[in-house]
Amino acid sequence: MTGPTRRETFLLGAAAMIPASAMAQETPRRGGVLTVHFATEQRILNPSLQASTGVYIVGGKIQEALLDLDAQGNPVGVLAESWESAPDGLTHTFRLRRGVTWHDGKPFTSADVQFTAMEMWKKILNYGTTLQQFLEAVETPDAHTAVFRYSRPMPQGLLLRAMPDLGYVSPKHIFETGDIRQNPANTAPIGTGPFKFVQYERGQHIIAERNPNYWRNNMPYLDRVVWRVVGDRAAAAAQMESGQLLFSPYSALSIADMQRLGRDPRFESTTRGNEGNVRTNTLEFNFRNPILADIRVRKAIAHSLNVPFFIENFLGPFAKPGTGPIPSVSTDYYPTTPMPQYGFDVAAANRLLDEAGHRRGAGGVRFSLRLNPAPWGEDIALWATFIQQSLSQVGIRVEVVRLDAAGFLRTVYNDWNFDLASGWHQYRSDPAVSTTVWYRSGSPRGAPWTNQWGWTDANIDGIIDNAATEVDPVKRKALYADFVRSVQTELPLWMPIEQIFVSVFNRRIRNAGNNPRWASSSWHDTWLAS
Amino acid sequence: MRVLGLALRRLAASLPTLLLILAGMFLLLQLAPGDTVDALMAQMGGGDAALAEELRRFYGLDVGIAAQLGRYMLRLLTLDLGFSAIYGKPVATVILERLPPTILLMISALSFAFFFGLVLGVVAARRVNRWPDTLISTLGLIFYAMPSFWFGLMAIVVFSVYLQWLPAGGFGDITQSYTGIAAVLDTARHLVLPTLTLGLIFLAIYLRIMRASMLEVLSLDFVRTARAKGLSETRVVARHVLRNAMLPMVTLIGLQAGTMLGGSVVVESVFSLPGLGRLAYESVVQRDLNTLLGIVFVSALLVISINFIVDILYARLDPRIAAES
Repeated sequence: MTGPTRRETFLLGAAAMIPASAMAQETPRRGGVLTVHFATEQRILNPSLQASTGVYIVGGKIQEALLDLDAQGNPVGVLAESWESAPDGLTHTFRLRRGVTWHDGKPFTSADVQFTAMEMWKKILNYGTTLQQFLEAVETPDAHTAVFRYSRPMPQGLLLRAMPDLGYVSPKHIFETGDIRQNPANTAPIGTGPFKFVQYERGQHIIAERNPNYWRNNMPYLDRVVWRVVGDRAAAAAQMESGQLLFSPYSALSIADMQRLGRDPRFESTTRGNEGNVRTNTLEFNFRNPILADIRVRKAIAHSLNVPFFIENFLGPFAKPGTGPIPSVSTDYYPTTPMPQYGFDVAAANRLLDEAGHRRGAGGVRFSLRLNPAPWGEDIALWATFIQQSLSQVGIRVEVVRLDAAGFLRTVYNDWNFDLASGWHQYRSDPAVSTTVWYRSGSPRGAPWTNQWGWTDANIDGIIDNAATEVDPVKRKALYADFVRSVQTELPLWMPIEQIFVSVFNRRIRNAGNNPRWASSSWHDTWLAS
Repeated sequence: MRVLGLALRRLAASLPTLLLILAGMFLLLQLAPGDTVDALMAQMGGGDAALAEELRRFYGLDVGIAAQLGRYMLRLLTLDLGFSAIYGKPVATVILERLPPTILLMISALSFAFFFGLVLGVVAARRVNRWPDTLISTLGLIFYAMPSFWFGLMAIVVFSVYLQWLPAGGFGDITQSYTGIAAVLDTARHLVLPTLTLGLIFLAIYLRIMRASMLEVLSLDFVRTARAKGLSETRVVARHVLRNAMLPMVTLIGLQAGTMLGGSVVVESVFSLPGLGRLAYESVVQRDLNTLLGIVFVSALLVISINFIVDILYARLDPRIAAES
């Protein structure tokens, strides 16, 4: 046989140059069951009441939000087709999609949006209650228009960026009678999404099947989605390998397994599709301890930790050094000018501690601190041990206090019984959704992931409040740059590591990871290669 | 019917113990910082203090510990196990849903361990100090020393990942909907590895006990008499030795029922089985007191009823026991 002709060679070369994204142009295959790793069981599956990735993984396929994010991370309409905002930021109008029906056959209308916004987002939904606290009313001039009225300006960018997570709609006719929290539809959700809820066997699995009346024609491609409850990380990795699971979202496998499976040609371990779910590792200081209230001590602690070394040796390719509370993937708000940083410098740490008056005593120890690591994620436990060992080098003795989730939240955020704490901060597209609450003073005692450190700074509070109601995007961005500069200078808490969640895909899944919150999104265009 | 009387008396005697365990458990759990609302907050990934306050009222956590314990005990008198905060259903329903996998797993692991322990123990005793005995005893030692979660994971790696013979976890294949015989076979397939994992350590214990008690009984006078009568060795073992040597084995079943429930926590986690063991673990983590106490209550009932059966078996094996009581 002769070799390929010149024309064939050209075609082969061209095919090799097509980027991976163009692979989506294969003809989608209908059918198949997508089995998904469900690591932590949820009490409810209704994303209008609970904003957490554990709920979106399931509820996000069954219920839909007004908006989602497109491949570039820009808001794209789902239940809303278009939107406009008044220049003063006090009214935002959403035009709703027509011809959409709930899974029980009733039509979707603006009354559903009004009910969900006023009764669920504003009153119950975590983060929603803060976001919508100045929402006065939702007017419904007709069945397909919802007008949101605010008593203080709501920046359009903030509202649109919050909607993919905090904008899931529930059916009014199901929830309007009785206690919303006790409604059986919270664990057997009814939505407008591509998949209909079938069954939830506690401890075992959740099943949803294709919605034949879905408003996107000929979609979804999958027959079923099955979430298998697998709590044990090693067992989940084995089920990925044996093909019982095809997808494990949100870094639910051990770091070693994610790297190992990533080297296997059958799987892909990637941060792709999670760009909208960035987390930073935190180091939280309790300002009620006078030692830590001294900025020199906080800076000394930061200088004592060799972050790049830790990342390289313990976290691998899925993490990088963080530069502040706004992660680098947030193109809209990441500051363009360099911000104060704290590099690894033991000499500087020792000098600062000496200056602060903490001389080394017996055994070279200056003082002792308790560190409470949060129990979510292997990286936090490793980071806690790393902090303990690094700080002993500069004469700070650290006792690590390990507690489970309930114990950690109670001890740190309610009883304030800690010196140092470490956990995750999750960035949700806009700093005003869930980031600035870590710094804003006056947060009521017992609210987790808010400023419970006893730190107050009128200047920073002012910046936070102004930015939350600033309707001009350019001014908003400048305000957040001010915010980052101030908190990086004062260091009320430190966010030294930036991580994007890791998904492990079986390569049979197509159109996987094609938007920045893919694991949470609706999977209407997902299909399985045979 | 003497046996029944004995068993019923024991049942009555275990009631105060049960109440003490429940109260102790309740108080012990208070020592752990955090409550179900804290666990819920962790799951939600955030929320405000007013919401937390409202949820505490909702779950009845706003009153003192004594009042909560009092409420629980009062409800228990009417056999009401309360409402589960995690599942939003009555605790009794939640437990009933989770009971079958655990009972199935316990029965299959126990029968597996008992049967093979017995056979291997007899073989080892009859070939004492020869190679079969050495081999069996060594294997027993290995099974006994091996942590069950490790064995489970290794079994998954070998049989599920490499050989792809058996499923790596779950209680049934949910991508198919089987009925009838196919469903039973499907469940059986899913139970093979968990049964081995949970059963091996008990097998090791049974085989050692069986070997020791066989050796002991074999040296007794009545065995010598039986042999002197000219009975074949098989008949001596089957009719005279086995029955007497089995007494300690049966005792052990009763004692180990509780241990097995504990062991099922690990096995159910590794194989993602929806059983009582994992439910117990989850309720501790989520601070779902009602469910946890309900599980303790049901497990205690389970252990009591297994011991009841053991008592009856005992009397069958050795009539003197029933007579003495």
